[in-house]
Order: sequence, then C-alpha cells, then structure tokens
Amino acid sequence: MSKLLQINNLKTVFYTEEGQVPSVDNVSLDIKKGETVAIVGESGSGKSVTALSILGLVPSPGRVVTGEILYEGKDLLKMTDKEIKKIRGNEISMIFQEPLSALNPVLTVGKQIQESIELHQKKKGKRAKEKVIQLLNRVGIPRPEKVYYSYPHTLSGGMRQRVMIAMALSCRPKLIIADEPTTALDVTTQAQILNLMKSLSEEEGTTILIITHDLGVVAEMADRVVVMYAGQVVEQSTVYDLFEKPEHPYTKGLLDCTPKIHGESEELLAIEGTVPTIQNRPTGCKFHPRCKFTHEKCKEKDPELFTIKEKQKVRCYLHEKVIEERLK
Amino acid sequence: MTYIIRRLFQVIPVLIIVSFLVFLFVYLSGDPVALMLPEDASQAEIENMRKVLGLDKPFIVQYGIFLLNAVNGDFGQSFIYKQEALGIVLERLPATFELMIASIIVSTIIAIPLGVWSAIRRNTFVDLFISSSSILGKAMPNFWLGMMLVLLFSVTLQLLPVSGKGTIYHLILPAITAGTAMAAQLTRMLRSHMIEVLSQDYIRTARSKGLGSFVIIFKHALRNSMLPVITIIALQISTLVGGALITETVFSWPGLGQLIIQAIHARDMAVVQACVLVIAVFVIVVNLLADLLYRVVDPRIKYN
Repeated sequence: MSKLLQINNLKTVFYTEEGQVPSVDNVSLDIKKGETVAIVGESGSGKSVTALSILGLVPSPGRVVTGEILYEGKDLLKMTDKEIKKIRGNEISMIFQEPLSALNPVLTVGKQIQESIELHQKKKGKRAKEKVIQLLNRVGIPRPEKVYYSYPHTLSGGMRQRVMIAMALSCRPKLIIADEPTTALDVTTQAQILNLMKSLSEEEGTTILIITHDLGVVAEMADRVVVMYAGQVVEQSTVYDLFEKPEHPYTKGLLDCTPKIHGESEELLAIEGTVPTIQNRPTGCKFHPRCKFTHEKCKEKDPELFTIKEKQKVRCYLHEKVIEERLK
Repeated sequence: MTYIIRRLFQVIPVLIIVSFLVFLFVYLSGDPVALMLPEDASQAEIENMRKVLGLDKPFIVQYGIFLLNAVNGDFGQSFIYKQEALGIVLERLPATFELMIASIIVSTIIAIPLGVWSAIRRNTFVDLFISSSSILGKAMPNFWLGMMLVLLFSVTLQLLPVSGKGTIYHLILPAITAGTAMAAQLTRMLRSHMIEVLSQDYIRTARSKGLGSFVIIFKHALRNSMLPVITIIALQISTLVGGALITETVFSWPGLGQLIIQAIHARDMAVVQACVLVIAVFVIVVNLLADLLYRVVDPRIKYN
C-alpha cells in the first residue's frame, strides 16, 4: 500500500508571553491508503494540534515551525493559500468533536453541507441540493428533505454528528480527519456513529485519521495506533500489538486504566500524576516523573523512537537495552 | 403572533407612565395663562381663561381629561400655530424619520467595515487606529461636530449646503453629524463580538471546508455578530431622537427636534406634550421591531 499522508518531524509551537512553547514536538507518522490510523493521548498531548496542523488550521498564536506534511508526495506546508483551499474539504476533510459548536447556529444544515459541494464540485442550485439530500439519506438521517431546512440546534447530538459526517463526505475526500468525533455523544450514539464511519469508509475506500482518548474507539476503528504524550509520539504499533503487548510504560498505564468486565480489582486504576502543562515539560523523557521504571538516564536525555518490531516503535530506554542485546 | 399581541399590550402601561410624567412636568412648570393673555389682563379675565381651559380643576382631574383626549388624538390647540398640536407634530415626523434613517445608514456603512477590519487585524496598528478614532467619534459633541462639518464642507470647500432641507445634499452633513457617535459605538461593539465569533468552532469548520476569508467573514461570522449590533441600533434610536434636538437646530432641519425646542421656548405646551408622546410611541415601536428582527437573524431565539 502506498503512503497517502506522511508527516515528518512536525513541530508546532504556540507563541505565548513566556516564549515559544512546543505543542507538537518532532512528530513523524504515516498513513497508508485505505487504512484507519488512530492517534491516542490525554488532553494536552498535542494530538488535536497535530490534526489541525495537517490542514493549516492551527489557531493563532500557534504555528507550524518545522517539518513537512506530504500528501500524495506534495508538501501541504509549502502550498499557497489557494492550493491548500482546494485540498480542504475536497480531498481532506475534517469532523470535529462537538457538533453543536462546530456547526454555524444561524445557517440551516442543508446550506452548510451544500456550501462545500458548490465550492468544490461546481454544482449549483437544485443539483447541489439533490446531492445534499442524498448525503443526508446516506448518513442515516430520516426525512432528509425536512432536515435540509433545519437549524443545528433543533437536531439531536447524534443527528448533528451525522450532519458533520455528511459534510465531510460531501466531496468524496481521500482522507477524513476525525478529531474526537464521539466524545460529545452518549454511549449508544457513539456506537452508531462509529459504525456509520466504518461502513462508509469501507464503501468509499476512504482513509481515516481518528484522534481520540478513548481506547474503546481505537479497538473498534483502528488498524494502527499512534500513542502521543506531551507532544511526542511515544509508541506506534498495530492495534493488535497495542492491546496484546504494549511496550511503553505510558501505553501500559493507559491500558491498565481501562475498566475490565472480568477484572479482579474493583478499584479503577489511574496513572499517577498529570500530564505536564505545555510550559512545564520535564527534561529528558517527558514521561519520567510519572513512570515506574525511571532511572538516571531518563531524566537527562530524551530517548529516541526505537524500532523494536517491523510495525512497532517505542520511545523508551527500556527498549534500548533490548536492541543493544539483540545487536551483540 | 401571540407574542406581538402580548408585547402590544405591554406598551399600554409604558404610555400611561410617559403621559403622566409629561403632564406632571408641564404642570409643574407653571401657569400657561399668564403667557397667553396680554400683560394688562385683569384678574377676572385670567380666572375666566383658567376656567375655559379647565385649569381650575384638581391636578388628577386635569390629567384624566388630558389622557382621555390624548387617546382620541386630541392634545389641544397649539396657541402659536393655532392648529391641532398632533397635526403639527405628525407633519414634522417624516423629516426626523428621514434624518434618522440616513444617520443609521451612515453609521452602519462606517461601522461594519471598520469593526470587521479591526477585528481581523486585532492588536495591530490598524486596530489601534480604528479603536482610538472611535473613542474620538464618541467623544465629539454633536453641535461642535456639526458646526465643524459646515465650516469645512459648506463654508471653505463650498461643496454642500449649510442648512435646510430639500435635496439629498442637504441630508449628508446632518446625517454624518447625527450618525458619528453611533458609528463609533457600533464599531467598538462589532469589533469585540467579531473577535469572539471568529474564535468559535464553526469558523474553524468553515475554514476546514476550504472556504475563502471573504465568505467566512461575511457569511459565517458577520451574521452571528449582528445580534448585539441590532440591539445597539434599537437602543440608539432614543439617543438619536435626543441628538436630533441639537442636530436639527444646528442645521435648521424642519423636524421634531426643531419643533420641540421652539415649542419649549414659546411654552407651547400642547405641542411639547404631543411631541414627547409621539417620540415615546416611536421608540417603543422601534424596539418591538428590533425584538422581531432578532428572530430573523438568530433562529435559536424563540418568543414565549
């Protein structure tokens, strides 16, 4: 499979009164055509900013400072305003977390979907409207002719997210970036929305990059997983390896936090401490203050991303030894 | 519809209070008979006049009579014009209305681009310049600004007429004079709301669709920032009427403002009372219209 999107050494910083703070620090990852990749991490891990960097939507005072984002071989970061606008919503589209605030409250949902179609597909008036109604139908909205004229606040959370999906699908994009698409929804609706995204992407062969903090969503959707912590990728692996054999202490910690139906303990486990704020990131390994296996080296120097298997990379010194021993 | 009817019923107590205040102040300001009769009129003549005008009755009875007549559109005779007071007032209303509409147009034409511009260029020199100009605009007194404009455009450059009403050129200077303060306030209001709206998630969605800045600002952002603008315009209508007293006097504009000043000077109380009540009704109607307009701009607003 060829690579659809390749992010190399992406660094996105925010300019604050205390100086530059890196939100995304040297992130590299790639997505192949047709696969679903999940970026997992807690709030503040830089996962959303990574997603926004792809389409150049990082809010001010944030800016991408270094790195490249290759989409079908072309660097999105080097594109002119006009070129990137042709990609946005057309070849790469986004689904956001909170559909109520992500939809314009004073425009009907029909008009909001139609906007993309009129912009990118040069369909106008009646033909564009027909297309919108088709799309609404396709994402499972009942009575689409009526919903076309509805305002976002009159729809339920699940319906609104279906509208967002219809909007994202409207120009048959090659890549959909979904930033926490189910976080604002209740559990039953979450399952419906995930199923819908899954079946639509299979039908269309759309590649999906899903950003989430919910490992349940990862298990449901993803082929491969990228775990982020404090602006860095700490582990990359296939979804099977991640759940079977997590290698980074942080990933292990995350998995231990998931309540299990047949678990021995009644207590809900948690990783001690909190994610360091963007201004107070520790030196060395960013995870060392919370890690059970910290030794001196972790405090001094940031470990690199060690490749331990064909599809698994881990940013931890515990694996450096494994590799060294293997090399001997 | 029921909302409109309910709101119209709410207008009644407001009008009663306004009419009472107007009547009270005129009553307290003294006896009009002394002015109406020649100076050498005898005591008997004065008494007789008071009786004819009903001024010998207790205050509350006088107010009752005034209110009853007012409901029938009768505010009494203007003793200067020797005509029905209401008729004179209504005759002047269109001119004030014209000036008001013109100043609202002037101020929105100034405020929308400036407000939007300083919002998208916030904390730059452009923003600073626009913000400080709007403070200046708000701080300049009407009468001074009016005279300065006349001095510049009519006297020195001889481009526009000094005063009076007639052609569209006569309207320009008064409209700018009356609209400047409002434009300043609108600009500042629009700037702050626009900044807030531009940071909303739906603006990011619009950008993610590949829309251009122009469409994002004027289709997605401006409509969401219009609500406070409508409120300001509606509230400013009463200020505009107050300002009309000055603007109309400076430019000899034959509207209500000029009429009310002349009537006060002449103690032509029937006209003053009619003027104030007509203005009150007008302001109430404008506010009601603004309330109805909210629904058009923002579909989330429901009346009930």
